[in-house]
Amino acid sequence: MQADSADTQTYDVEAVNAAGRRQPLYAPRKKIFPKRASGQFRRFKWLVMLITLGIYYVTPWLRWDRGPFAPDQAVLVDLANKRFYFLFIEIWPQEFYYVAGMLVMAGIGLFLVTSTVGRAWCGYACPQTVWVDLFLVVERAIEGDRNARIKLDAAPWSAAKLAKRSLKHVVWLVIGVMTGGAWIFYFADAPTLLGDVVTLRAPFVAYATIALLTATTYTFGGLLREQVCTYMCPWPRIQGAMLDENSLTVTYNDWRGEPRTRHAKKAIAEGKPVGDCVDCNACVVVCPMGIDIRDGQQLECITCALCIDACDDVMTRLGKERGLISYATLSDYSRNMALATRGGPAVEPARVRDPATGRLVAAIKRTDWHSIIRPRTIVYFIGWSAIGLAMLTALALRTPLSLNVLHDRNPLYVELRDGSIRNGYDVKVLNMTPEPREVRLRLDRLPGGSLSLADSGTATSGSLDLTLAPDKVLPLRLYVRVAPEALPAGKTTFDIVVADEKAGISRSVETTFEVPEQRR
Amino acid sequence: MSDKDIDKLSGVETTGHEWDGIKELNNPLPRWWLWTFYGTIVFALGYTIAFPAWPMISSATTGVLGYSSRAALDADLAAAKAAQGDMLQAVATTPVADLPRNEALARFARAGGKSFYKVYCSQCHGTGATGSAGYPNLNDDEWLWGGTIEQIYATISHGARSPTDPDTHYNVMPNFGVDGLLSAQDVDRVAKQVASFSGIEGGEASPAGQQLFADNCASCHGESGAGMPELGGPSLNDHVWLYGGTLEAIRAQVNRPRHGVMPAWSARLGDTAVRQLAVYVHSLGGGQ
Repeated sequence: MQADSADTQTYDVEAVNAAGRRQPLYAPRKKIFPKRASGQFRRFKWLVMLITLGIYYVTPWLRWDRGPFAPDQAVLVDLANKRFYFLFIEIWPQEFYYVAGMLVMAGIGLFLVTSTVGRAWCGYACPQTVWVDLFLVVERAIEGDRNARIKLDAAPWSAAKLAKRSLKHVVWLVIGVMTGGAWIFYFADAPTLLGDVVTLRAPFVAYATIALLTATTYTFGGLLREQVCTYMCPWPRIQGAMLDENSLTVTYNDWRGEPRTRHAKKAIAEGKPVGDCVDCNACVVVCPMGIDIRDGQQLECITCALCIDACDDVMTRLGKERGLISYATLSDYSRNMALATRGGPAVEPARVRDPATGRLVAAIKRTDWHSIIRPRTIVYFIGWSAIGLAMLTALALRTPLSLNVLHDRNPLYVELRDGSIRNGYDVKVLNMTPEPREVRLRLDRLPGGSLSLADSGTATSGSLDLTLAPDKVLPLRLYVRVAPEALPAGKTTFDIVVADEKAGISRSVETTFEVPEQRR
Repeated sequence: MSDKDIDKLSGVETTGHEWDGIKELNNPLPRWWLWTFYGTIVFALGYTIAFPAWPMISSATTGVLGYSSRAALDADLAAAKAAQGDMLQAVATTPVADLPRNEALARFARAGGKSFYKVYCSQCHGTGATGSAGYPNLNDDEWLWGGTIEQIYATISHGARSPTDPDTHYNVMPNFGVDGLLSAQDVDRVAKQVASFSGIEGGEASPAGQQLFADNCASCHGESGAGMPELGGPSLNDHVWLYGGTLEAIRAQVNRPRHGVMPAWSARLGDTAVRQLAVYVHSLGGGQ
């Protein structure tokens, strides 16, 4: 059965960068009025938008009980106290390698995702994409779908147009304010800060951040939209280099679509070859980037797959198989193309269609999920999960008690009246829990050694009991004293140990004790 | 003027320069670049009017804003002083003995004292306050004039043998050998006696030495050589020696003693700075 293109609507539209008329470097913006699409990929995009925006706006408001001495916000970047709280994890500045590990994982994750499903990040998860999508929802709700918007744009200014336009920009600005507003709540206790912001008592930097993020969200998401992806974003350049012939990309299957024609019945009657594409431009009008996927893979394509939804819809209505535009790998595409042309210069639809049934022949290679499992993706996955496991292991084995010791260099040692030798140490005991803690500081492997604190005068003993404040560093000036002739001249290594006997945790640091070579 | 040479391929005028058949296109500079350039010119003109800029024969133009980097520095210093005002006031009025007990005040005073120390004291006492022969080590527990914070404060304040301060610590040891107060043999005996107090090699206690020590030295150094900080008499029975802890050095010191001199610092640095110095020195580990 061959339905005519008259069954479906044809759109008068031109891609922003149609092949053959490409501008170098920069082209002035052309207005794009993306039409609403519907289908499985559109539904998936709604879902991703719901999840990502939900995470972003809701996260700062989640609570997490950490006891009386620590904030109860589940995710908090506490810059003033130099702490980062993430659920049950509390990271101190010197543990920044966890953040570095996350960044490495994000990098390898991007390799992994890109080598399997191409620029899926761009199409679904990138904040720019998500917010542009949200802004388009607003635009459609206020100004109507594509045709209504074009009409409104062309109409002279009137009260109705002014009202619609103003409402749209106001809603966009409100979204911008909420976006900037959500950001600052990650850096302070959210309910308190909200109260301060509303009553104009919040710090200046909070308002400045809201203003800045409102401006960028409104400008990038509302006004610049696809230009951010085309001209400002570095990712497309990098991601393009990470694709290979087995990566899934949005592909126009011209081996079955060409030659495209708007009047199939007439062409068949004339005995001309006819492809599946009815040149209705549905794929162009839904594209948020305003491009024509039938011109092949191009820099502007964010692989959001809305063109697949639009084309599948048309194909279904024409009674043809879906997938004229589909996710396909370059290697499968090339095989099908070779089948359709068999070495010749032009596509011959008869080669890929069974004349009896009108279905695609069995020799057609269909891209399926197996294409994502390849040596390259397996290596990425192993690297990615190895770093993740290493970080989880480090987190699980982490002791919430830490000790730093720095031996004095000037003076290396001090000789006292009774001939004993004293060495000085700068010691820091870190209590990385939100509870106060009793610990004992002692010396190990130092015969005849006694210790004292600079502040507590001359009293010396073998060990010291300390109380650590919750979630704080306790800096100590420690003096270690050794009786005359108890140690040989030169350097002796020993340990300074801090132990929480109740919790059964101890940390020890090896350091040295210096005794002068010349002794009187 | 010659005709314009237009490049056929791009339709852009060339500069007329040609190298091996390659011509240079005369594309205009981008507009944003030009406007930025003009902007810098305008800015530079305004800047030279507003701020000191043009060198003259003996000075430079002052600029209409009257800005001067020295005045700005003075203002910054004054602001820093003002910011420390409360703490300095507290340091100046708190009794010296109480300073180490107030944690915030002690930390402030220690930091200030440390920087004063580096500038005024480190030349003699060393950057680590370890001293050297003739210059006392401030880390140890031996003090010529006492090691409580008040005694340290008094010593820094008035100095030692300072010619300018009537309240200075003053105590000198007679030149027992050179001035003929003791014979060479007696000098040797008393030196050996002193060396024996702390087990120095060559030290030897003898009844004669004991007697000589009791007659000549005990009034300042104590019967057993334990020292008298209130008089500035160093202890002789420990391991800390200012002019060397060998029999030779002790003999030389009895024969013709050397004496250290320290300026009276309160006249020069002011009382508050001396208080901060006292807190710092007291915190070095030997403070009593």
